[in-house]
Amino acid sequence: MGKVIDMIIQKQFISSLASRKMRIDKRGQEEFRDITIEPGVIAKAEGSARVKIGKTEVIAGVKMNVGTPFPDRPDEGVLMIGAEFSPIASPDFEKGPPAEDAIELARVVDRGIRESGAIDVKKLCIKEKEKTWMVFVDIHILNHAGNLIDAAGLASIAALLTAKMPEYDEEAGTVNYEKKHKKLPMKFKPVPITVFKMSDSLFLDPNLEEEDVTSVSLTVTTKDDGNIVALQKGGSYSLSLEEIEKAFELSLKKGEEIRKLLEKHI
Amino acid sequence: MKEFKRDDGRKADELRPIVIKVGVIEQADGSALVSLGKTTAIAAVYGPRSMHPKHKQVSDRAVLQTFYSMAPFSTSERVRPGPSRRSQEISKVTREALEPAVFLEEFPKTGIDVFIDIIQADAGTRTAGINAASVALADAGIPMRDLVTAVAAGKIDEHFVLDLGGKEEEVTKCDVPVAYMPRKKQITLLQMDGDLPPEETKEVIKTAIKGCEILYEKQKQALREKWVR
Repeated sequence: MGKVIDMIIQKQFISSLASRKMRIDKRGQEEFRDITIEPGVIAKAEGSARVKIGKTEVIAGVKMNVGTPFPDRPDEGVLMIGAEFSPIASPDFEKGPPAEDAIELARVVDRGIRESGAIDVKKLCIKEKEKTWMVFVDIHILNHAGNLIDAAGLASIAALLTAKMPEYDEEAGTVNYEKKHKKLPMKFKPVPITVFKMSDSLFLDPNLEEEDVTSVSLTVTTKDDGNIVALQKGGSYSLSLEEIEKAFELSLKKGEEIRKLLEKHI
Repeated sequence: MKEFKRDDGRKADELRPIVIKVGVIEQADGSALVSLGKTTAIAAVYGPRSMHPKHKQVSDRAVLQTFYSMAPFSTSERVRPGPSRRSQEISKVTREALEPAVFLEEFPKTGIDVFIDIIQADAGTRTAGINAASVALADAGIPMRDLVTAVAAGKIDEHFVLDLGGKEEEVTKCDVPVAYMPRKKQITLLQMDGDLPPEETKEVIKTAIKGCEILYEKQKQALREKWVR
């Protein structure tokens, strides 16, 4: 019971701080926790990256395979993005098939990468209608301390940007995972930034305690030229058009910053 | 200057023909059918009733559950029955589009279940589903802050277009579904696939809002036809 009351008091404290545009860990409204990007953490994968935002920790891994292109896109590669919220990462995650939140996260990250044309998918085709490279990005949450979409999106693009393609032997029809040298054909660096609302003010990068008092959020994925490539509102409350415009500005500015940080690590 | 005409002859800011029927499922506490062109969604509301599964029960409010699904025969290529990743995501965003409107705190410890079946799909199924669900909730007599009304907008060539239909989804520069509470001027669903500068994205959202305002009148009219004598 004591714990429940502590939680209620903490929620009220965070809300009242937010109404004065202050935060429990003394960050500014638009300030992220420390970000680290570590590519190449999984030797067996074609590409990988570990991203930490504060205590949140995510690994994205890229695996590739040769398969048949989709009939409606006969000359393109295939991209699949999945996410697992492993029970090791939080007392709230359960074993079993991906739940709603994991599905949504993977689909939001997927949309940003797909719609931005980040991967030059035409260059992945080996033989039209018959053979193409399939790119699988799997997102594994290691520790959930808030703001999973931003961390997962950043880890995914970092993993793709540093991925090396295995060799394909056309005659034998086999993939040689021992020989990797060519980089994946990448064109853009989409970065999702989630803007969230507490006590009628907008903030970036919520920690877990802040997520608990968040009423609504908007994930805005921007790419190198400043275009928006994906949007996703989350949460059980609503936003005004003015708040959405403000969210665009915030995410564009922060997205630019994070893209620069990304370039340093790849 | 020649006026911009779309493939189906519509103007840029024109919705497809709308049909809204209230009370289409006799067994349900509230129900509605919404068609926009060839897209047809049927929503049925059951509840407030005892919460199932029980462990999801909340002591100070009702729990809204939404289930979006597409009938196997609703598209050219058969849809595999059962939940897909897509349908699970749509169920989630639909719930989050409706929750801001419903006074859930009026019915503690209960569940309100909204089932949305897409019986024919020709683009804009999630927004048609939200329109139907919102009217069905009102039909069930569940107190609401406002009706939720939804439609997608996009950009084809230089034109901001409302209510993308069938083939237009392939040529639009973006697809932006929006759900809106007109009286409160609040956006309850916003998604986007595309590639567009922020200024233009705002215009697309504004285009969708204009469409929502038209749909809002149609929703109210349909409810009046059933309930006001």
